[in-house]
Amino acid sequence: MSLMTPTSPEASRHTGPYLQVEDLRVHFETDDGTVKSVDGLSFAVEKGKTLGIVGESGSGKSVTSMAVMGLHTSKNARISGSIKVDGQELVGAPIDVVRRLRGQKMAMIFQDPLSAMHPYYTVGNQIVEAYRIHNDVSKKAARAHAIDMLDRVGIPSPRDRVDAYPHQFSGGMRQRAMIAMALSCDPSLLIADEPTTALDVTVQAQILDLIRDLQREFHSAVVIITHDLGVVAELADDIVVMYAGRKAEHGSAEQLFGEPQHPYAWGLLGSMPRFDRPPTERLLPIKGTPPSLINVPEGCAFNPRCEFSSRVPGERCVTDRPEALDAGGGHRVACHLPTAQRRQIWADEIAPRLA
Amino acid sequence: MILYIIRRLLAAVGLVVVLSMITFAIFYLMPRLAGASPETLATRYVGRSSTGATVEQRAESLGFYDPVPVQYWNWLKGVLFGTDVSTGADTVRCPAPCLGYSFKTQDPVLPEILDRLPVSFSLAIGAAVIWLVLGVSIGVLSALKRGSFFDRAAMTLALAGVSLPIFWTGLLALSIFSYQLGWTPPGGSYTPFSESPLDWAFALLLPWVTLALLFSAQYARLTRAGMLETMSEDYIRTARAKGLPERTVVAKHGLRGALTPIVTIFGLDFGLLIGSAVLTESVFGLPGLGALAVDSTRNNDLPMVLGVVLLVAVFVAVANLVVDLLYAVIDPRVRTR
Amino acid sequence: MNDAAPLLEVEDLVKHFPVKGRGLLQRATQAVQAVDGVSFSVRRGETFSIVGESGCGKSTTARLVTRLLAPTSGTVRLDGKDISTLPERQLRPLRRDVQMIFQDPYSSLNPRHTVGKIVGAPFRLQDVEPEGGRKRAVQELLSLVGLSPEHYNRYPHEFSGGQRQRIGIARTLALKPKLIVADEPVSALDVSIQAQVVNLLEDLQDELGLTYVMIAHDLSVVRHVSDRVAVMYLGKIVEVADRDDLYEHPRHPYTAAMLSAVPVPDTRRRTERERIRLQGDVPSPIDPPPGCRFHTRCWKATEVCRTEEPPLVQIGPAPGHLAACHHPEEK
Ligand SMILES: Nc1ncnc2c1ncn2[C@@H]1O[C@H](COP(=O)(O)OP(=O)(O)OP(=O)(O)O)[C@@H](O)[C@H]1O
Ligand SMILES: Nc1ncnc2c1ncn2[C@@H]1O[C@H](COP(=O)(O)OP(=O)(O)OP(=O)(O)O)[C@@H](O)[C@H]1O
Ligand code: SF4
Ligand code: SF4
Ligand SMILES: [Mg+2]
Ligand SMILES: [Mg+2]
Repeated sequence: MSLMTPTSPEASRHTGPYLQVEDLRVHFETDDGTVKSVDGLSFAVEKGKTLGIVGESGSGKSVTSMAVMGLHTSKNARISGSIKVDGQELVGAPIDVVRRLRGQKMAMIFQDPLSAMHPYYTVGNQIVEAYRIHNDVSKKAARAHAIDMLDRVGIPSPRDRVDAYPHQFSGGMRQRAMIAMALSCDPSLLIADEPTTALDVTVQAQILDLIRDLQREFHSAVVIITHDLGVVAELADDIVVMYAGRKAEHGSAEQLFGEPQHPYAWGLLGSMPRFDRPPTERLLPIKGTPPSLINVPEGCAFNPRCEFSSRVPGERCVTDRPEALDAGGGHRVACHLPTAQRRQIWADEIAPRLA
Repeated sequence: MILYIIRRLLAAVGLVVVLSMITFAIFYLMPRLAGASPETLATRYVGRSSTGATVEQRAESLGFYDPVPVQYWNWLKGVLFGTDVSTGADTVRCPAPCLGYSFKTQDPVLPEILDRLPVSFSLAIGAAVIWLVLGVSIGVLSALKRGSFFDRAAMTLALAGVSLPIFWTGLLALSIFSYQLGWTPPGGSYTPFSESPLDWAFALLLPWVTLALLFSAQYARLTRAGMLETMSEDYIRTARAKGLPERTVVAKHGLRGALTPIVTIFGLDFGLLIGSAVLTESVFGLPGLGALAVDSTRNNDLPMVLGVVLLVAVFVAVANLVVDLLYAVIDPRVRTR
Repeated sequence: MNDAAPLLEVEDLVKHFPVKGRGLLQRATQAVQAVDGVSFSVRRGETFSIVGESGCGKSTTARLVTRLLAPTSGTVRLDGKDISTLPERQLRPLRRDVQMIFQDPYSSLNPRHTVGKIVGAPFRLQDVEPEGGRKRAVQELLSLVGLSPEHYNRYPHEFSGGQRQRIGIARTLALKPKLIVADEPVSALDVSIQAQVVNLLEDLQDELGLTYVMIAHDLSVVRHVSDRVAVMYLGKIVEVADRDDLYEHPRHPYTAAMLSAVPVPDTRRRTERERIRLQGDVPSPIDPPPGCRFHTRCWKATEVCRTEEPPLVQIGPAPGHLAACHHPEEK
């Protein structure tokens, strides 16, 4: 029994953030060179709080979440830095230790719920399996638990649906089932990697509601990964904006949407047609394309696309890598422009453009 | 479901009919077209010192004067309803399914075939067990350790295994283990399972292993490819995210997903093997169906050849049907919508 | 041709796909009613968008309009000419006038052909010799979509997603089509790249006077690019209106619910906004609900909704605002 529950008394008395990631680096050795998918990322999430991670495709969001779950199996992955879950260090921990935390203390839901569930086993079967790895209960009890979980995520008549196969569910129901599976062991950390990207708006709204409700009920720490600023605005307390494997900006949702300070974040806001404002004539795209993670530009990774780099004295944007420094109130921004100047630019130049 | 099985069975019957027609054509129509008269054909089935009259009589009793389609129809009637056969003096009733009488020995075909079936079956089943276990486990290991020394060695061997001719490996094995070391019985010995399971297995050990080597190579490659594909599926990541031990992930989630193509090929291989392990049977001197087919072909013993073909076709058809039903067991998407 | 007449008129378009049972009884007794009686018209120079949830029949409609699919029934008129019944052989001129942009910029370009060959393909297929030669014409097209003429001899894999979508757009422009049907042209692209392509499409429309039929599920993008918008639900159009009208005064409950569900990148809106939460998912198009197809999820549904199908009729003061609902929203 003690093997099944790694939650030792010391660990649960741990205070501070439930998930703490510090200076995380995940590099992949490939034939073309080293892919620096995540390069010095730090963040923390407390129980009951939601962290949103946003960024473009290939910015390292999924690689980060997989690192936390210890799911990087390929031999060419090099992971360094620190990942602490409930005070327990995971980087460098024995495989079995991390494995036992998976599903039990930390769980994950994925983007495409059809391919993420095994097509040959029933939904109930898959939930039962998740539950029984970490809980020494009879099959019958586990099945009752599975039905209960399906009920809680809003699957109608769960008693009949428990024996259905994933392909017999609709997209929204599958994602609900996936959530039921993830939450079956009552994990304190839930990582959702693009949980609604494959779903329709009306179903997306249902799933976001569900995640929010369940978080209140379970009081868990939630990390939600997405490229949709709207989704994080709905759910997140804190937001990390990633660019090319690094943190561009990090702050509370209010800070980020109220007064974003990184030129990349401005660019993102300008690129999106705004649903909540009168329609504009033109969108304001960011020029160029995201960099290759094998040849990340020297200095600030965003510099080839940044329209403000000329305002930084000297060649610092091309030579020095900016650190994510506190710009007041825990709002961190990785940009060489002085905070006051960024505020000025936002107020005078960017905000009016977006309105 | 029932309807489905019936349809599959009908398809199988069709296959059998077509195969028997082709065989019939090869043995009857082709010589006729090439200009052989019924008498020349009948000469093969009488003694060397026979008169023209006996040849004619023989040709008559074999039905060679009928047009070929009629001959085929008569044969088919025998299979379906049984037939009366005259053996010179009196007529004998040959009940359905009557595969006729051997032209050579005058013995009924069916008992002869049924007599040999267990040998072929024993050979196939033992070899199949070995090659499945060996092939699948090597394939899985190779896939999991892709690029490792084991993987490269196994795949090189598999490549060699596929291309090695069985009479070579068979004879080699026979000469080393049987004749030089004396560990296994010499070729030509076969003990029915019912008499002594131990002797049965012992005698078949070498043929099994020889045959299995050939097939396991193919199965290892197939399994490896399938496993590589499934192990990169999203649901494998999910299984790991649940905290399942890697062993369970591989066996329960990975292998199950990779099973479909293996089962498909297996059904076909097994069905065919029953009547076509010719080389193995002849190298090891086993009195199986393959050997029978070869002998009868050499003797122009048409009813015997037709009988073997028919039986093998039935086996292939049944094996395919079983495979299709297995699909439904393996993949719920086939059975539920 | 009269310029006031619509460029494209679609009337009562129906496409049913017979279902091949994947199960053990492979009988085609049922049909996916992918598109089931759709009518709309598109004016010259406008952008007409079709939105709706996955599987509602948007792509099928697009493929019917371009005659990549033959309709089960109904008519499609381009410039007054019925193209819905044209046999395959006579479609060649149509292929010049109507072009399609696809969602996936990765799979829609042949990886073994150079950019020059891809963009120049329409010339070859239609046997057209543009002034100044094909190569010149292709290079001009490339600069038109914001690529460099030097890209002529490169291969698709050397380009990013946004650039590939530009290549695809350049190809569609080669023969100066009258109508461009774009099926989710930006969905596969990153936000920052989406904006580039959306702007490009708008610029081209201004420059060349193009007419677009745009298929998309992103309601923000649709609002940005469209003049008029049609909302589809389970193979039927449930509402059509001018853009602002539709977004500000949705009449059909489904449109209202969909609009209210769009997440907005603004934390202040979290509490203010009123949400309409729909229950359940879209029913199967094989066996759509009788009466109003939305009644299984509609909070306003009454008895009449379950039995009588509401017609698509003018509702409210705005001209051309049609909705199919027995109890439309008032606002
Ligand atoms: N096993 C691997 N080997 C080499 N490179 C990898 C590996 N896994 C991921 N990468 C690279 O790491 C980078 C970051 O990938 P990641 O999946 O984290 O992006 P993402 O931010 O989740 O993007 P998306 O929004 O498209 O999901 C990508 O450039 C990807 O190609
Ligand atoms: N060739 C086909 N055969 C059978 N069914 C089809 C075929 N093409 C489409 N369908 C079905 O028709 C319906 C409408 O499909 P369509 O692709 O038009 O939807 P859509 O609105 O474009 O959805 P999405 O937003 O997912 O692209 C779906 O239920 C789909 O499964
Ligand atoms: S550091 Fe320079 S290049 Fe980077 S975002 Fe700031 S101004 Fe732009
Ligand atoms: S007709 Fe009835 S069910 Fe359909 S949308 Fe209107 S109110 Fe809802
Ligand atoms: Mg990702
Ligand atoms: Mg589509």
